[in-house]
Amino acid sequence: MAGMSYALDFERPLLELEKKIEELKTLSHTGAMDFGAEISKLEKKAARLQQEIFSELTRWQVVQLSRHPSRPYFLDYLGHLFTDFFELAGDRHFAEDASIVGGFARFEGLPVMVIGHQKGRGTKENMLRNFGMPRPEGYRKARRLMELAERFGKPILTFVDTPGAYPGIGAEERGQAEAIAVNLEVMCRLKVPIISTVIGEGGSGGALAIGVGNRILMLENSIYSVISPEACSSILYRDPTRAERAAESLKLTAKDLLGIKIIDELVPEPPGGAHRDPARATAHLGKALKRHLSELRAMSPEQLVQHRYLRFRALGSFAGR
Amino acid sequence: MPWFSKKPRIARAEANGKQQPSRMEGLWAKCESCDEIIYRPELEKNWNICPACGHHAPWPARTRLANLLDSGSFLENDTRLEPLDPLGFADAKRYRDRLRTTRKSLGEADAFIGGLGKIDGRTVSVGCFVFEFMGGSMGSVVGEKVARVFERAWEQKCPAIIFSASGGARMQEGIFSLMQMAKTSAALARFREVRKPYVSVMLHPTTGGVAASFAWLGDVIIAEPKALIGFAGPRVIEQTIRQKLPPGFQRAEFLVEHGMIDSIIHRKELRQKLSQVLGLLA
Ligand SMILES: [Zn+2]
Repeated sequence: MAGMSYALDFERPLLELEKKIEELKTLSHTGAMDFGAEISKLEKKAARLQQEIFSELTRWQVVQLSRHPSRPYFLDYLGHLFTDFFELAGDRHFAEDASIVGGFARFEGLPVMVIGHQKGRGTKENMLRNFGMPRPEGYRKARRLMELAERFGKPILTFVDTPGAYPGIGAEERGQAEAIAVNLEVMCRLKVPIISTVIGEGGSGGALAIGVGNRILMLENSIYSVISPEACSSILYRDPTRAERAAESLKLTAKDLLGIKIIDELVPEPPGGAHRDPARATAHLGKALKRHLSELRAMSPEQLVQHRYLRFRALGSFAGR
Repeated sequence: MPWFSKKPRIARAEANGKQQPSRMEGLWAKCESCDEIIYRPELEKNWNICPACGHHAPWPARTRLANLLDSGSFLENDTRLEPLDPLGFADAKRYRDRLRTTRKSLGEADAFIGGLGKIDGRTVSVGCFVFEFMGGSMGSVVGEKVARVFERAWEQKCPAIIFSASGGARMQEGIFSLMQMAKTSAALARFREVRKPYVSVMLHPTTGGVAASFAWLGDVIIAEPKALIGFAGPRVIEQTIRQKLPPGFQRAEFLVEHGMIDSIIHRKELRQKLSQVLGLLA
């Protein structure tokens, strides 16, 4: 992980305080002076500050956390929650798309299929990963892998973290909309358990295209939205700088979506966000996945399909019948 | 394509003739494609196809259904479904108010009409978008009605036909609108069990979440000439790649060339072609 090299505005006071504590600790260790009392005073202050900043985040702040460059990405969770990963590449038609990564792996010893969006760190990796924005090939690879998993009766765990499907000339020529549409239908009829977890950004159709699960989980500081707050504000208010207001209107946080029963569980993150303590975030996620997977494995293939059908068939808010 | 970028001139022409602002504008229409001035009753008699250049102008959903189905065969369903404002959404206007004024001016409850009809005596479960209603955007009511088109087809074991014209998701309904993509696909996945054809007809324009779900899942996919069809709207793509798009990009003809849809069919031939497909498959 990239550490604390990048800080959001609202994180900064806390990070500065923590830096000061570290410095005092180093000084104490060198034995020059004892700052014990000062350190414990500052630590209390830091705990208070953390509580203050993170207990009532605005939706826009959550949006920023969900995109934090130091936030654990799919491959970070993959490395810690899974063993025996065997990556499978390519859609067998046109190309390999590295903005979606997938393959077989073991979860708690059990062979499963894992598929996730992958963002990059730094310019070079972001070019390779296309900032986590798949082209049709990425979705077609995901579909191929999901059908492969079904053929071998393996559960599918997907991890969502994308600003959205890539809007480009080639992507349109090769059927971006078709690729997404096919995934939605295929996921509706797969006879194996599917758990989808939003770990960062759930950007519209490009997220949903690997998100039709029996369970949908969201990490506490992740978002899931039909449109980005920036795009929403430039369309509705003709002004991209009012994204903060758009984020409030869109109600896109895990807490919001748990409240309206779109998702099944909010997976708690350590104070300050997953990037402040990736190990703990990973442990929470692992525990939730284990519980949901064992529930779903008790269901027959027919029950799983029926369950997924009913789950999505029921979504909507309207009057009349 | 966002729904509000549509020129108001067209919206007026589409409002069932109720809101014609002046006699001049009411009686004459200008073709978007060749600039020909056309006597409106002449245009309407010609199914809103320009007599000079063949341009397919938008055609009101109810007129379309009345003309493409057997005369008097269409029975509308789900007329009691009404949109809510689950997020309490407001931009320049409150979503609630926007719904109210749109419903009043169009006389439609939302952006989709669904029901049962017949083509050459054969029962079909059919639906059509009302593009003038907030750009045919798909919120909970539209998604529900689309799902019910597939469910009625499943119950009746009959073919399904959907005419799409939509800018995509209705962002005023937030995540609910996104989830309609999965809901309609779930209903469609179940309909496939009865092995009856689903014909998707894409009208101008079909983009976003509607293109990226049931509209692109037709057993047979037909488009009207020059219809704009794609995932991202042209403006979004131009902003992303910072270059101008080539002429004809995302038009129906471009999609046929790239192998993405089956056929472009002239409005006047559509009924006969639909009947042919149903005859071969149903
Ligand atoms: Zn013309």
